[in-house]
Amino acid sequence: MNVPPTSTLREGRAVIARGIKGQPRWFALAVVGSVVYGVMTSLTAAAIGFVVERAVAPAIAAGHVTASQLWFIGGVMAAVVLTTIVGVIGRRIAGGVAMFNLGAMYRRQVTRQYLRLPLSWHHRHPSGQLLSNANADVEATWNIFAPLPMALGVVVMLVFGIVQMVIVDPWLALVGLTVFPMLFLANVAFQRAMSPRVTRAQQLRADVSEVAHESFEAALVVKSLGREDHEAERFRVVTHELRDANIEVGRTRGRFDPAIEAIPTIGTLAVLFVGTLRVSSGQLTAGQVVQVAYLFSILAFPVRALGWVLAELPRAVVGWKRVSAVLDATGSMTFGDRSLPSGAASHLQAERLAYAYEIESETGEPDLNPAVVDVTLDVAPGATVAIVGPTGSGKSTLTNLVMRLVDPDSGAVLVDDVDLREVRRGGVSDVAALVAQQTFMFDDTVRGNITLGAERDDESVWRALDVAQGAGFVGRLPDGLETHVGERGASLSGGQRQRIALARAVIREPQLLILDDATSAVDPSVEQAILARLREASSGTTVLVVAYRMATILLADEVVYMEGGRVVDHGSHDALLGRCLGYERLVTAYAREAAEREAIAAAEEHDEHGRGADAAEEVSR
Amino acid sequence: MSMRSQVLVEHHGVATGKEMTTWQTLRRGVELSPELRKGIWVTVLLAVLSTLGRVLVPFVVQRITDNGLLAEGGPDTQVVAVYIGIALVGVAVTAVSAYFVNIRLFRSSENGLATLRLRAFRHIHDLAMLTQNTERRGSLVSRVTSDVDTISMFVQFGGLMLLINLAQISLATVLMVVYSPLLALVVWLCFVPLFVIIRKFQGIVGRAYTKVRERVGDMLGAISEAVVGAQAIRAYGVEDRTAERIDAAVEAHRKAAIGAQARSVVAFTSGQLVSGLTTAVVLVVGTVLAAGGSLTLGELLAFLFLVNLFTQPVQQATEILNEMQNAVAGWRRVIGIIDTPADVSDPGDAGVTLPRGPITVQFNEVGFAYPGGAPVLHDIDLTIAPRSRVAIVGETGSGKSTLAKLLTRLMDSSSGHVLLDGVDLRTIRFSSLRSRVVLVPQEGFLFDGTLLDNLRFGRPEASEQDVRLTLTELGLDPWVATLPLGLATAVGQRGESLSAGERQLVALARAYLADPDLLVLDEATSAVDPSTEVRIQRALDSLTRGRTSIAIAHRLSTAQAADEVIVVDAGRIVERGHHTELVRLGGVYSKLHESWVAQQQAV
Ligand SMILES: Nc1ncnc2c1ncn2[C@@H]1O[C@H](COP(=O)(O)OP(=O)(O)OP(=O)(O)O)[C@@H](O)[C@H]1O
Ligand SMILES: Nc1ncnc2c1ncn2[C@@H]1O[C@H](COP(=O)(O)OP(=O)(O)OP(=O)(O)O)[C@@H](O)[C@H]1O
Ligand SMILES: [Mg+2]
Ligand SMILES: [Mg+2]
Repeated sequence: MNVPPTSTLREGRAVIARGIKGQPRWFALAVVGSVVYGVMTSLTAAAIGFVVERAVAPAIAAGHVTASQLWFIGGVMAAVVLTTIVGVIGRRIAGGVAMFNLGAMYRRQVTRQYLRLPLSWHHRHPSGQLLSNANADVEATWNIFAPLPMALGVVVMLVFGIVQMVIVDPWLALVGLTVFPMLFLANVAFQRAMSPRVTRAQQLRADVSEVAHESFEAALVVKSLGREDHEAERFRVVTHELRDANIEVGRTRGRFDPAIEAIPTIGTLAVLFVGTLRVSSGQLTAGQVVQVAYLFSILAFPVRALGWVLAELPRAVVGWKRVSAVLDATGSMTFGDRSLPSGAASHLQAERLAYAYEIESETGEPDLNPAVVDVTLDVAPGATVAIVGPTGSGKSTLTNLVMRLVDPDSGAVLVDDVDLREVRRGGVSDVAALVAQQTFMFDDTVRGNITLGAERDDESVWRALDVAQGAGFVGRLPDGLETHVGERGASLSGGQRQRIALARAVIREPQLLILDDATSAVDPSVEQAILARLREASSGTTVLVVAYRMATILLADEVVYMEGGRVVDHGSHDALLGRCLGYERLVTAYAREAAEREAIAAAEEHDEHGRGADAAEEVSR
Repeated sequence: MSMRSQVLVEHHGVATGKEMTTWQTLRRGVELSPELRKGIWVTVLLAVLSTLGRVLVPFVVQRITDNGLLAEGGPDTQVVAVYIGIALVGVAVTAVSAYFVNIRLFRSSENGLATLRLRAFRHIHDLAMLTQNTERRGSLVSRVTSDVDTISMFVQFGGLMLLINLAQISLATVLMVVYSPLLALVVWLCFVPLFVIIRKFQGIVGRAYTKVRERVGDMLGAISEAVVGAQAIRAYGVEDRTAERIDAAVEAHRKAAIGAQARSVVAFTSGQLVSGLTTAVVLVVGTVLAAGGSLTLGELLAFLFLVNLFTQPVQQATEILNEMQNAVAGWRRVIGIIDTPADVSDPGDAGVTLPRGPITVQFNEVGFAYPGGAPVLHDIDLTIAPRSRVAIVGETGSGKSTLAKLLTRLMDSSSGHVLLDGVDLRTIRFSSLRSRVVLVPQEGFLFDGTLLDNLRFGRPEASEQDVRLTLTELGLDPWVATLPLGLATAVGQRGESLSAGERQLVALARAYLADPDLLVLDEATSAVDPSTEVRIQRALDSLTRGRTSIAIAHRLSTAQAADEVIVVDAGRIVERGHHTELVRLGGVYSKLHESWVAQQQAV
């Protein structure tokens, strides 16, 4: 209630102006159609009067009717009807086209922002809300273009009607004129009441979408922990809030609608009353009063169209605010115009990199969580460097910095002596490829997931798959390379997804390959094979590999050991083993564990002399 | 594709509801939202009252004109005043009853739609995992959001207006017949073609709107990829390609929407055209009749007024029928999902409740094929003793996760039986099954909330104390202490504010806190660093004494610690036994172990 109506009106005007600017032609066409419709509607009464006077009445008076009279009646009426229809078609179709074009236009703009804005922005905005921005909010913004042309046409009608009334009798016209401002005031009050309610409903709509989206993405976890009821309850809460908000919107509408509808009728009655008095005093003929009353009743319905626009206005404004919050979001990366040299393995340097994630502190204020602190790297062209560190030590954050998925707070990443921030858009991914820790599959074919739209022949796709040890299983898929993997690769096993992700990187023959724990979901023998093939295939490639397993680490020329976001030590594996306790603990954990187990097992065997020796059984193949 | 898999595909997919007729859809829709019907007669009565008021006004205006203004011997002010009084009463009655109609309709429709939303949402979770996977998540979201929104406009006003329009059409017909049966017949004859057109266009418009709804689902699917896959898209610089894919979906939606709009405009304007032409025909025929003396000019003009009373609701009805097709298109999709059978369903009260305690697992000749695919598991016979700790190993894609999903009844086997404590899995109540058996899936998922909320997800009644105790037992308390806000740390959407390994730790602790008797871990520690993994392994070792645990792992350290190792290869169990024995056996496992050792021994 605290929103002043003028601001909604002003903001609403701005939204409308923006829409008109976006689709001027279709909009103009719709308004023209609407004007034709408006003029013809107010002419209908006159047309009937005209034919009655010219043909019907004479015919009745004469007691017989000629064919030409009938043609005249039918012709005039048909002409009026057809012109009206043309107006209606023009208005509705052009209005619809304008509306849907605007929707598509802004959906494109909004999603372009999704693609442009940095990852940190995405972290802050729930996917469900973003979906709602691109769908429900865009729709809410431009829905106003359905009644708008009609309403503008009505303005013409209004003027037309009022002029006619004034011509007939200014006094009666005055009665009419007092009714219209009343209508307008009622509408403004209506809007003022609607605005906050609609805002709330639209926010809740997005909340419903958010809960649904998250819950459906979590479907497997929900199922496996049997939490369906809990999720249903969570959804029930937002759904019922939305319901109550919508009922509130409805209640407000319910209050104003009948009043707004009654006003023109009251106007008609007032015209009749005043008219009768003036006829009594001989200033008017009965016919004139009837004509004005008729004009009035005809105008009453379309005038409500203006009401529809005003009723839609708050929703449009709210929708627009939510959409423009996305469109106005800043912080997207800036790019330079340099390209990275190609043709040879890259020289990767990181100079005192620091990066902290934005988080909320206990009091809800923004705070920072440092993930990478003062990291310096120098990876010679063609070298392989392993990054090792305990869980949460900042390895993935470092790979993201090296790929320029995020920019460091301080320090710089240089590839072949070029600061990544000076590289043109797309320049980094041209020479470098990252196989992320979390594989993401597109809802596409196996081929599409590997080539990502680039032109590649079958042979190179298979070669890449071969390196990633994926050729075997892809060959066995029902449609081979053309098999659809489903959303997020649902129809593949975890290791299969990971191998496709590897092939995706390999096929690009990158000069800088970054593997972030990219073999975690494959078994040891396959991993061995992948590493061996990678080694062959990537002789001209600089490799940065995040790994825990000794075999991977041993491929590296140098090991960088991280802890708490800092590089604790770096050097050859052997050197680190000797001098870095944390490193030694980490990489020998399995071996120590195995040794311990063996010792225990040996002791047990000693105790219970071969208790389970024959338990091993070969199950028939 | 074999017959069988064909059947499976049909069996597993989500019903589109396309096969339902409009009438069936409406009936089923009202059935699913009983609130729509509740007290509807009172609303109808009120609506009739408000319509009577609306019809009364033009009548009174006409009376005022005839008996007041045009009264013999000059206008009769008194008659006019009386009639205006009557009209004002009519206006008041209309306004008051319309107010109540509005409120009642809003309440019943919003309640009804909320019920529908909830029902659809719940049912989506009840659907079998594989059925869920046949739909994009974005498309599923649209079924409980925009599809339902599409219905609201129609159920709020349309349905009722349609009834009122019908009443008004009948009333106008009766009045027309009273005035001039012949002209009434003319009017009806003029409208016959319209009724034919409307019938035909109902189908066309309906299909067009159905297409729009589908395009909305596709569009949401495409857009969600840009949102959820933000990192992958940036890493590969495929923004342009993603943009193209989105644009294609947006464009398809725009085209479909304009197509539907154009069709509905044709349907609507044909109503207007026929109405207008009818007026013309009535004028022509009326003139002939009047010239013949069987009608006065006044009667003709009065009749024209009645024609207007007739055509107006017809026009409105054609508009509402269009709106109805739009609603039906949305309704079909929602009903479609609600009426998709939940293949893997809860036996409910008829089911068995397992007593607490360690669980025996048994597979009897279990086979499984994904819909439309070749068999993935063959003749699995397996018994896992209570209290044992079993590791399942095998090549990627050999069917380990599939086995785990059958065991936790995320899917039902294609042949054979899975038994827990000798009871067929299919007959165990979900409430019992899900609390006794918990799977930590390969792809863990965290909710956008605090760490504490996430840990408690499986057992909301757990106190913070319980949570802390569990973390201590698992040796995770030092890790939690390093987080900026400890248990109150927000994990972000999908847990993205944590590192991958940290997410797994949370998922593991979450499952452990749920306190199951059978814990199934599907590569639950694949991203955790070795020393943490070993530590957790040990903690679990001692903690899972007294329960049965099954762990799938590529890191053979898990297998070494297990009581028994089961080796899966190409969908069959090829070896089983203790680690040391299997190593000696020189089979599949010993080869896996060799590579594993080769990886470790390099120290
Ligand atoms: N979006 C984020 N917001 C806030 N903190 C984050 C975010 N992403 C990561 N962190 C924190 O930053 C630290 C480093 O995370 P990172 O993902 O780089 O670790 P990692 O070394 O890759 O770990 P892992 O081995 O588990 O993959 C962690 O403590 C993590 O909680
Ligand atoms: N939803 C699905 N639809 C069709 N096929 C599937 C589906 N899920 C898995 N598969 C196929 O079934 C086979 C076994 O998959 P499963 O996930 O059980 O393998 P896994 O042994 O767990 O492998 P990993 O070690 O890689 O996780 C694979 O060939 C896979 O492609
Ligand atoms: Mg990581
Ligand atoms: Mg698996």
